Amino acid sequence: MKIVNYLILIVFCGLMFFAAAGLPERGDPNAPMNRPKSRAGSTEAAYYYIQHAKEDAHTDNMVTVILADYRGYDTLGEETVIYTAGLICFLLLRKRKKEETP
Amino acid sequence: MTKKDNNPIVSLVSRAVSPFIMLYALYVIFHGHYSPGGGFQGGTMLAAAVLLVRLAAGGELGQLQFKTSWGMPLGSMGVLIYFGTGFTALLLGGNFLNYHTLPLGSDPAAVRGWGILLVEIGVGLAVMGILVAIYDHLLEGDPL
Repeated sequence: MKIVNYLILIVFCGLMFFAAAGLPERGDPNAPMNRPKSRAGSTEAAYYYIQHAKEDAHTDNMVTVILADYRGYDTLGEETVIYTAGLICFLLLRKRKKEETP
Repeated sequence: MTKKDNNPIVSLVSRAVSPFIMLYALYVIFHGHYSPGGGFQGGTMLAAAVLLVRLAAGGELGQLQFKTSWGMPLGSMGVLIYFGTGFTALLLGGNFLNYHTLPLGSDPAAVRGWGILLVEIGVGLAVMGILVAIYDHLLEGDPL
C-alpha cells in the first residue's frame, strides 16, 4: 500500500512539473495576463488593473485595490461565509440553559 | 485545557508577547495599502494573540483579556462595518461598494483609499471575533 502511495505522489509531482513547464515566461508581453487586448479585441481586465490601480484609489498595493475596491462584492461574500461559519458554531455549540441540556 | 501545569514561564511569556502580536497585527491591517497584508491577515493575527493566552495561560486569564461573549458581537460589528460602508455609498448616490461618494474628502481617488481602509478594518474585526468565537464555542462544556 505504501508503494502505491509513493507512486501516486511521484506521478502527480511529474504532472505538476510538466504543467509548470508550459507556463508563459515572466514578463512576456503576449502572455494572457499581460497583454493589453485579448484576441477578440476587448481590453483585458488584468491590464486595466495594473495600469490604473494607483490612480484610481491612491493605494500602492495593487492586490488591496483589487480585493477591496474592484472586487469588493466578492470580499463581502467571503466575509459572509466566515460569519456564517461562526454563527453556526455559536448556534450549535453554545452553552445552553440548564433545563435545555439533554 | 482541562489539565493545567501552571508553568510560570509559559504563562508569563505568552502574556508578554500577546500585546506585541496585536500591535503587529494592527500594523498589518493599517499598512495593507503599501505592503502585503490587509484585513484577513491582520484579523487572523489578532485572533492568534488572543488564542495564545487562552492556550498557554488558561481560560481565566484569557477571559480577562477577551470575554467569550464578545466574539460574535465583534464579528457582527465587522460585517456591519463592511456592509454599512457599501450601503452608505449606495445611499449617497453611487453604486453599492463604490466608495467615491463617501463624504470623506473632495478627491474621489483619495476617498476610495479611505473606503478601502474602512472595509479592511471591518474585515479584520470580523475575522478576529469569529475565530475567537469558534474556538470558545468548540471548547464550551469543557471547564476552563
